[in-house]
Amino acid sequence: MQTWINSLIAAGEFGKNPPRDLVYAAVIFVLSAVVFLGVAFPFAGIVSWVERRVWARIQSRVGPNRVGPNGSLQWLADGAKHVLKEDIIPDEADARLFKLAPYVVVLGFVLPWAVMPFSSALILADLNVGILYFTAITALTVVGVLMAGWASDNKWSLIGGIRSAAQIISYEIPAGMSIFPVVLITGTLSMQGIIRAQEWEPYHWFLFANPFCFVAAIVLYISALAEGNRTPFDLPEAESELVAGFATEYSGMRYLLFFFAEWGNMFIAGALITTLYLGGWQAPRLSSSPVVMNVLQLLSFNVKVLFLVFTSMWVRGTLPRVRIDQMMSLCWKFFVPIAFIDMIGTAVWVAIWPEGNRVAGYVMFALGVAIAMLFMQRVIYYLKRSRMEMYLHPTI
Amino acid sequence: MSDATEPTLRTEEMTLNMGPQHPSTHGVLRFVIRADGEVMREAVPDVGYLHRSIEKIAEKVGYHGFMPYTDRVDYVCAMFTNQGWGMACEKLAGIEVPRRGEYCRVISTEFNRIASHLLTVGLMGMDIGAMTPFLHALREREMINDLIEELCGARLTFNYMRIGGVAWDLPPGWREKALAYLDHLDPILAEYNALFSYNKICIQRLANVAPISAAEAINYNLVGPNLRACGVKWDVRKDMPYSAYSDFEFDVPIGRGEWGTLGDSMDRYMMRIYEMKESARILRQALTRMPDGPVLAKVVRNFRPPAGECQVRVESARGDQGWYVVSDGSGYPWRVHVRTGSFAAMGIIQKLSRGLMIADLVVLIASLDVIAPEIDR
Repeated sequence: MQTWINSLIAAGEFGKNPPRDLVYAAVIFVLSAVVFLGVAFPFAGIVSWVERRVWARIQSRVGPNRVGPNGSLQWLADGAKHVLKEDIIPDEADARLFKLAPYVVVLGFVLPWAVMPFSSALILADLNVGILYFTAITALTVVGVLMAGWASDNKWSLIGGIRSAAQIISYEIPAGMSIFPVVLITGTLSMQGIIRAQEWEPYHWFLFANPFCFVAAIVLYISALAEGNRTPFDLPEAESELVAGFATEYSGMRYLLFFFAEWGNMFIAGALITTLYLGGWQAPRLSSSPVVMNVLQLLSFNVKVLFLVFTSMWVRGTLPRVRIDQMMSLCWKFFVPIAFIDMIGTAVWVAIWPEGNRVAGYVMFALGVAIAMLFMQRVIYYLKRSRMEMYLHPTI
Repeated sequence: MSDATEPTLRTEEMTLNMGPQHPSTHGVLRFVIRADGEVMREAVPDVGYLHRSIEKIAEKVGYHGFMPYTDRVDYVCAMFTNQGWGMACEKLAGIEVPRRGEYCRVISTEFNRIASHLLTVGLMGMDIGAMTPFLHALREREMINDLIEELCGARLTFNYMRIGGVAWDLPPGWREKALAYLDHLDPILAEYNALFSYNKICIQRLANVAPISAAEAINYNLVGPNLRACGVKWDVRKDMPYSAYSDFEFDVPIGRGEWGTLGDSMDRYMMRIYEMKESARILRQALTRMPDGPVLAKVVRNFRPPAGECQVRVESARGDQGWYVVSDGSGYPWRVHVRTGSFAAMGIIQKLSRGLMIADLVVLIASLDVIAPEIDR
């Protein structure tokens, strides 16, 4: 990238002898703005449509199906609606904080895209502390939510903000601890380094590297749901208890930004788990052409992430919300100890088998397939028992 | 500066105003909550936002004319209020309802009970954050609404009953449709239980929340499912049979505290599921044993019951509903009073709310099945 900008400067694209640092900064800002606006926001919008359709199927409804083919442009219509709406700031609110809060939340959602490893070549910055940067920057969301809750001058918002802070900070610990098993195995914090340490075959993923990693991945997934304020941990919004939680007083574009961040965070959480445990962008070497391989890798990464996103929609359509004390006890009494055991267990495992244990990988993979098949069998059993014709009107 | 360095931080209770516009207060209810963080000190219900002087209206519109207004007393199960008013007038004037008319009343009210309970269990799902059970329950309720629409042309405020019977007989083919629906209901309830009622999170949220003892329930005048959930076997249909209920076999389910304490929110919630099954049982018997004959007794248009007073009790979906009517012999009642289950249930909320969390208050309101218009009339 630097050489490319240097060549542009040498060709006189920026006038004679421009200040180099300024040009670098400007190019990076423009590029990242294009990437964020061009990738992150449409993604969040499309996820909102997919989620509404998936949810509608779960609830035996139709869902949005009017704007565009199958309603696929609904998110554009909703976005336009929100942009056109009045941006109300309550009289008693702390106006500056109130206006700033949505942007801080969005910051926590767009910055992780900088280290998002889409494929072996498609990554904005392969930081050597990528995974630390990732977890640190996603925690910015809580600052924004807390700001929104405090600045709204509404007690429901305040409770929502405080709940969010308590929840995200608590779940950061098991989530953070669940990252360490992988770091212990690979010895690197770089996103690409972690993915390169895995292979495309499922039994070489870190998910099946050892039993502790398997548990850690599950803890990480549930903690990611909690950090993303997703059901069954959507307490900060809790529309039946807190009206709309921290977003109660927001309207128009600012309200939309909160929800962009929520949908985008689903992708980010999925990407984190995919990178750490599901082999990231690793794809079978079907071609020697780097372009074809990169496309394959992009597909592999996105399919895995979208599967996790879909699972979180499925969970949201099935489970009720837990109470705040139950959520806290789940975190501190179960997840934190389990995460510590996972870390220590993996450390012992790595000490015994520094190169990893292939047999364990096969056994764990077989076990994982067995669990998945058992689950699918139960799903099919309930599907058959429920009988689709039952949902039809019995009197017609 | 000095405030922050003091050894004890000064803390205040927070006064929260829940309602009258709040998503989970089931209509226009208001609670003034004193809370310490998430834990409530007390929630004081403030009733009266939906008062429409329905009892006074009765004194101005006459006996026949009041029937459509009774729908608005409890619009979720309007058949029962229809029936209560009809029964009170019949008792005043000594009118005998034809047998087929009584069966029509039982059938329409029991369908309405299932519809009302479906809404209650669905709203419970909504209130603890699960959208899916709510929509599944409403899907089933829509089918009952379709059936009732065929019966009387309305889906919410039915105005189906008249003094001396019901307005219309069952339409042709309706009986088969109703039986088909009942066959369809059982597997749906099993699925609903598997999806929501026996869900671990649901049981954790409902069990042991705000238990009511049997003595407390009687002292606070709880009625209907809320009373039976506390282990008190009292059902007006069984203990003081009215209409045609003495013809049918059915059980009165009571709370057993299977999931936690006896009389907790889970018991109150499950009571609705059990009652739906019993209602389906009554409906099957009523639909198969239906006698022939007229459905409406001859009642003069200028209805003037003799002077006197009467009290009737109806087991509505929200419990023992009392209708007290005083007649002075004219065409207009001198005084009408309705005693409803929701009003009784509101009384106990303040006591139960002490020490609960805010999320539990929502569960408590939903489990008591409080409907705002029924509180205020």
